[in-house]
Amino acid sequence: MLPDVRRDFPLLTRTVRNGKSLVYLDSGATSQKPHAVLNAEADFYQFHNGAVARGAHLLAEEATDAFETARATVAAFIGAPAEELVWTPGATQALNLVANGFAAASDGLGGAEAARFRLGSGDEIVVTEAEHHANLIPWQQLAARTGATLRWIPVNDDGTLRYEELGSMVTERARVVAFTHASNVTGVVTDVATIVARAREVGAVTVLDACQSVPHLPVSVTELGVDFAAFSGHKMLGPTGVGALWGRKELLDALPPSLYGGSAIKIVTMENTTWLDAPQRFEPGTQPVAQAIGMAAAAQYLGDLGMTAVAEHERRIGAILREGVTEIPGVRLLGPVDAPHGVLAIATVAVDGVHPHDVGQVLDDRGIAVRVGHHCAQPLHRRLGLAGSTRASGHVYTTEDEARAFLEVLATVPSFFGVTV
Amino acid sequence: MSDLESMYQQVIMDHAREAHGRGLVTLDLPHVGESHQVNTTCGDEVRLRVGVDGDTVTSVSWEGSGCSISQASISVLSELIEGESLGHAEVTYEAFRALMSNRGEPLDEFREDLLGDATAFVGVGKYPARIKCALLGWMALRDALVKAQASDKGDSDD
Repeated sequence: MLPDVRRDFPLLTRTVRNGKSLVYLDSGATSQKPHAVLNAEADFYQFHNGAVARGAHLLAEEATDAFETARATVAAFIGAPAEELVWTPGATQALNLVANGFAAASDGLGGAEAARFRLGSGDEIVVTEAEHHANLIPWQQLAARTGATLRWIPVNDDGTLRYEELGSMVTERARVVAFTHASNVTGVVTDVATIVARAREVGAVTVLDACQSVPHLPVSVTELGVDFAAFSGHKMLGPTGVGALWGRKELLDALPPSLYGGSAIKIVTMENTTWLDAPQRFEPGTQPVAQAIGMAAAAQYLGDLGMTAVAEHERRIGAILREGVTEIPGVRLLGPVDAPHGVLAIATVAVDGVHPHDVGQVLDDRGIAVRVGHHCAQPLHRRLGLAGSTRASGHVYTTEDEARAFLEVLATVPSFFGVTV
Repeated sequence: MSDLESMYQQVIMDHAREAHGRGLVTLDLPHVGESHQVNTTCGDEVRLRVGVDGDTVTSVSWEGSGCSISQASISVLSELIEGESLGHAEVTYEAFRALMSNRGEPLDEFREDLLGDATAFVGVGKYPARIKCALLGWMALRDALVKAQASDKGDSDD
């Protein structure tokens, strides 16, 4: 059982739209922040701010220590050693870092150890039809740059992956399999083990988009068996502007960097550069130090609550949302009510005859914040026969009353727009 | 009237349900222009075609999909602009833009008269995220008119 955490989140006490209580159901887009995170960032700036990994004065030492401690905390949160965690400005950049590493290797950079990342004609990159654009476009563009072919595991009519096509989609020619840990539209959690097993059979590198899972479920990257995983700070109660790429050390040390600058290097001459080992080789220039410290405070906060309890709380919220939606005439739930590996605290809906923007407007008028549009998953929406949808997504602070308030207002939408159901 | 009701006034709901000008019309006119506009936040689209004869906008037709605000707005503008002069189209557009930036407050009498049914969109000005919806068709109209004036016999873009 989760304790009542709402008092930890100052923003949740504000009112919206003429004094109504805020019902924040847009955590899939970005989460609200607890005092612990806000204070950690402020504390760093007030007392310890200095340039990390440069200079020898006391503040530089304290800042470097806080930054590296934050790395260890966030790494431990996903069951990984600190040296396998690369700070990035967000999950999108983390996924691009991997794809661009493949591109750099394919351009001939990175020496002999980068050979495993070299792609060309005849090689295949596999994604799924359910990906967020951030885990689709980098691979699509990598294919275009290298001559490799992009393939995708298709989805069923309910948006779930067609695992029966895994064998024919992931073949001996597959070099990368990139997939999401949980759909940001349906909330359905992926059967990671099955995809990883197939990828290993054919020797493909696996890249997991863990943006929607790390904030909500217990995640151990070593147990999952993937090779890379990306996630962001702002969806896990942490600050914007920071995220992380986790990768197996031997892969990170072999992947050529694709962003260049100070601090990531061993020796620089006018002709050449040699890189530091990972993770530093991927961290040129000034890093988001305060944000990394805030992200670590968020990991600590979630860890203290216990991710098993967090997941159980969100499972309950998700069940109320989705079961409730199925009882409203004229409203279609995208994705199943339940799934073998679970579903996040998400209900994404299409209201017959009413555009998602109009649905969101009615909810917003009652103080209920949801996401409307394609949620950066246009191919999945197209496959489901929709241009967009309305998504309610919860987090640790979401209450059952809030889930019910959403359902109550959602049920009024068809009649407000004169749609008879 | 609540903010929500003032945004979705009956006239808007009516236009959204039975839109004017829907269905692209094939035009045999010397000056035809077409514009395709997309609202990137939601993927709503409109393809709008105008015919210009001399100084008169003789035809406005369109196809597209979107929210009730965008659909109603295109319907209203079709009614307002068809048969009017190019100059009138321009000042009407300017008045509508002004209405959108007026934070939900009505405009002066002169511009209210110009806007007719389009004054019903006054409530949209309170919601910055929805202003783009209401302007989608107007953007297409302006672009199509520019193209029509530059065209000689049915040039159009994508």
